[in-house]
Amino acid sequence: MNRTELDLDALARLARLALTPEEKATFARQLAELLGHIERLSQVDVSNVEPSAHAHPQHNVWQEDEPRPGLLPAEALRNAPAQRDQMIAVPKVVE
Amino acid sequence: MTSSTTPLHYLSLAEAAAALAAGRVSSAELTDAVIARAEAVEPRLRALLSADPASARAQAQASDARRAGGGSLGPLDGIPIGLKDVIAVRDQPLTAGSRMLEKFISPYDATVTRRLREAGAVLYGRHNCDEFAMGSSTENSAFHPTGNPWALDRVPGGSSGGSAAALAAGEALATLGSDTGGSIRQPAALCGVVGLKPTYGRVSRFGLVAYASSLDQIGPFGRTVEDVALVLQAIAGHDERDSTSVGAAAEDFAAALSAPSVPRRLGLPREYFGEGLDPEVAVAVERAVTHYRELGCEVREVSLPHTPYCLDTYYVLATAEASSNLARYDGIRYGHRCAAPRDLHDLYFRSRAEGFGAEVKRRIILGTYVLSSGYYDAYYLRAQKVRTLVRQDFLRAFEQVDALLTPTSPIPAFRRGEKANPLAMYLCDIYTIGANLAGLPAMSVPCGFTRAGLPVGFQLIGKPLGESELLAIGHAYDRVHQWGRRRPNL
Repeated sequence: MNRTELDLDALARLARLALTPEEKATFARQLAELLGHIERLSQVDVSNVEPSAHAHPQHNVWQEDEPRPGLLPAEALRNAPAQRDQMIAVPKVVE
Repeated sequence: MTSSTTPLHYLSLAEAAAALAAGRVSSAELTDAVIARAEAVEPRLRALLSADPASARAQAQASDARRAGGGSLGPLDGIPIGLKDVIAVRDQPLTAGSRMLEKFISPYDATVTRRLREAGAVLYGRHNCDEFAMGSSTENSAFHPTGNPWALDRVPGGSSGGSAAALAAGEALATLGSDTGGSIRQPAALCGVVGLKPTYGRVSRFGLVAYASSLDQIGPFGRTVEDVALVLQAIAGHDERDSTSVGAAAEDFAAALSAPSVPRRLGLPREYFGEGLDPEVAVAVERAVTHYRELGCEVREVSLPHTPYCLDTYYVLATAEASSNLARYDGIRYGHRCAAPRDLHDLYFRSRAEGFGAEVKRRIILGTYVLSSGYYDAYYLRAQKVRTLVRQDFLRAFEQVDALLTPTSPIPAFRRGEKANPLAMYLCDIYTIGANLAGLPAMSVPCGFTRAGLPVGFQLIGKPLGESELLAIGHAYDRVHQWGRRRPNL
């Protein structure tokens, strides 16, 4: 686990998160300390060990595609930060 | 402790259910007592983020009318129960302790909420928590910290600190929290009440604000193990709206308490009694072990050799899942949206920057890193493999013993602001994380106080879907000691 210096700008971009210079400096320091701790995982022999995505084996669950009662438009839009004509309003995406 | 000397808001759920059934008290009286208590203590304790007394009183009246008509719904009918503010209650706020959801109103009930309603419970109070359930002290709430009822300048634990503190302070007769790495058990220990994290999949998460979906589980807080069994009975069971829900056959958890024989083999994992364990916590837990020996239990030392890697495994898996789960908060469909966005990207970046607090941002960044190209195998995939080894450790131990007994938290309640370093805070969960990684049921049971008067709890960890055994073992101690019935001077 050879780790290069944390690129906070790249990570913030991937996470769609605007960070202040102070946040970047603080997080870089704290995350370096945490990753130093986490690197102890490299001591564990995991050869021939299967990964567990869940504690218990999980299988896909199917159900019939049947119509059933759901939220009314007004209920579904109740928490929308901006709306117009029973739709969520967003900034223009295509020029 | 008899109910004649106990204020209504400090009755155990079982006592209150008996009093309701006998007509000695009404749900309206119980509910009024809890509301009055909340009004008296909240200015100092601040365990609630919101409450709707009018709705609670209406639910109580409906319960009393049902009972008068001979149609009681069972032991929870008319009992005031509060919920951590990560569990959806239709038409009530659901903030998850975050500015991101400050104005969010739930459009529907969580499955646990629906099940409590069907059992007749009176829903009262939305409890404070660490933002998006990320934390061990409730200090990460975007709104305010919560005091520990036993020492107001100390934390109640977290992330379900408000739910533990509200119960210990008499603001409900039982509460629900959620537990991803110890968020029910650690605050239960720090506040002196019982807290159970059920087996992964035992309780539906439909309507729970997601943090780390392979670890999250909803569970009850109660003053006694019996109370916790009664609430689990109401909320457990298969739910087609949660694909991780286990299709286990229905069990009678309360009946399990009166089982003629208690499982007798207890294991003490040696890795849980080493460096970092507060001496006073160790003494209180040792006394509980002695009690079990006196009950005729066979107590033996066992080993869970991958315990030193649990914390690291957890912080890789949980932050990875969180970075993915919290991508949904984009300022578009619900949640905070920044003012006057320049374009769509600006809307995403600034809405999330303004809506999330420091701990949430830290975990999103760490989760983004461990999932990013080039690091996935070294961190995320490796952590998933270590998780397999952790689970195998537990299953091997359960070939020798029926349950494991450990301290719940290495230390009693600490002072607000004492753990400013993230790693120091993360170490609070060192004994609780293993049960989440392995998906096992685990319960904190109060077992005394430090000289300074701070509660201590021990943890019982059981086999997958072994809640009945776990509750029976816990009850064998708790019915005698009843530490959760002690009342703080608040």
